[in-house]
Amino acid sequence: MTARDLIPIAVLTILAALLPLVVTSSPVLNFLVFMLIVALGAQGWNILGGFGGQFSFGHAAFFGTGAYATAILQLHYGVNAWAGLVLATVAGGVVGWVIGFLSFRSGLRGSYFALVTLAFAEVFRILANAASFTGGAAGLLIKLDVRAANLQFDDRAVFYWLVLAFVAAVLLLTRWIQRSRFGAQLVAVRENEDAAKALGVDSLKVKLRAIALSGAVTALSGCLYAQYFLYIDANIAYGSWISVELLLAPIIGGVGTVFGPVVGALTLHGLGEIAKQFAGRIPGIDLIVFGGVLVLAVAFARGGILGLLERLRDRGRGMVTRGPKEVSHAGR
Amino acid sequence: MLAVEGVSKRFGGLMAVDSATLSLQPGGIIGLIGPNGAGKTTLFSMISGFIAPTDGRIRFEGTDITAEEPHRRAERGIGRTFQIVQPFAGLTVCENIAVGAYLRHAKRADAIAKAREVARRVGLGAELDRPAGGLTVAGRKRLELARALATEPKLLLLDEVLAGLNPSEIRDIIPVIRGIRDEGVTILMIEHVMQAVMNLCERVYVLAQGRMIAEGPPAVVCADTRVIEAYLGHGAAARLKAEGAAHG
Repeated sequence: MTARDLIPIAVLTILAALLPLVVTSSPVLNFLVFMLIVALGAQGWNILGGFGGQFSFGHAAFFGTGAYATAILQLHYGVNAWAGLVLATVAGGVVGWVIGFLSFRSGLRGSYFALVTLAFAEVFRILANAASFTGGAAGLLIKLDVRAANLQFDDRAVFYWLVLAFVAAVLLLTRWIQRSRFGAQLVAVRENEDAAKALGVDSLKVKLRAIALSGAVTALSGCLYAQYFLYIDANIAYGSWISVELLLAPIIGGVGTVFGPVVGALTLHGLGEIAKQFAGRIPGIDLIVFGGVLVLAVAFARGGILGLLERLRDRGRGMVTRGPKEVSHAGR
Repeated sequence: MLAVEGVSKRFGGLMAVDSATLSLQPGGIIGLIGPNGAGKTTLFSMISGFIAPTDGRIRFEGTDITAEEPHRRAERGIGRTFQIVQPFAGLTVCENIAVGAYLRHAKRADAIAKAREVARRVGLGAELDRPAGGLTVAGRKRLELARALATEPKLLLLDEVLAGLNPSEIRDIIPVIRGIRDEGVTILMIEHVMQAVMNLCERVYVLAQGRMIAEGPPAVVCADTRVIEAYLGHGAAARLKAEGAAHG
């Protein structure tokens, strides 16, 4: 990685880190933390779905595993919350690898893979809803004990910085993937699996690595969710709402790009919040906005917001250097 | 270096390849010709590991590789191109070739350098940063060749890299293929463009209806009665000879 790869990540992280110095209202910080948690989970989805082209409809399986793992470890086994965070992340990676092993080994691709992941998430949701050690339908309540050692903070801003640090770390991870052999092979598998195999790419191994990484990152976001709200149940942790959130954000922001998931999460939740402010009476207005944005993105911005910006930039550059005649050609 | 021993492939009731045998010594360009549907591409897919043979064995440098995955065979040094070109359409030409180069170069800088070098060799030096999806047919064929070459193969399987090219494009690419051979890469090529086969190949194998019917230098094989009949139908050889006698 070169300085040019790192500078945008550093600048954005620093700017985002300064935000709590300006904004101190609790609802706004709440919104920002939640938005960043979604962005983090979406970054996980993007590693597998964006770079690897394996569209999962069931990333709730990983989100929920992260959330339940940390909650159960703390409640039943007295594990420290920070250790719980690490173990939850590892658990997400393991669950990812297992689901990947079962589905990729049998050659599932495309919509079949999507359906299988959806099924896994649903099975987990039903099991978590029924088993006693997951608290059944009543869910799990992490004990309120505000100490840094317990990963609970007096000041919401501290939690915001913590989540932001993880988002920044995953931005770096994603940038590394983009610049590494692993990333090149992963993208090759997405574009054409047979051609990749002929060039010596072990496509099964590459996909397994991707889903394990993806599961770990999304589990981390689930763990942070549990730690922030201190309550989870099966419909929150393993619910299909989170699967949809996690794939919507990268699709809106830009699939297979480093910043796509963050941009998408910010856009969706930002617009959703604004809509709520203006039409607070109408329940579900933010979801209507989500739907509208998705339709717009699919119709006008294939490649998401970042893809759209890039095309506009290329078009602008084309005007300057090549003259307008070739622009339409280049813009295809 | 490569030994195909009595390899067969059955698709349901169709015997696509019927106990074909073929053996290559290191070095040189060997052709694999035959009428459409003879099973040439199926045989290639079995050598490169994309299709498992129903019967028979394939050895590469003395090792039995019949059951190995395609990527393992690429690691051993078997490179292939696809008859129907398979570019990574969303990537640039350079990134496409780099995927192949990563096989032997773990570092990005090395892989990119290798990709650039290969691109220049096959005449794609000027297109490095273009999206692969925007290449012409001739460009895509070159890209297939470049990607396979970037894996630094010992044996290169070329599946109709000249098909769809016009005569001047063919003229341009023939020296490239010869150059690859001169560097010590063994080439096995499926080809319909007979001018190129005559020009390039030291030896050809002829496959018809799944069976290996002839083998030898191109000039000899083309005069072979069985080969002429495989292409033109039963009795064609005799008719040609009679016509030749009448004109002569």
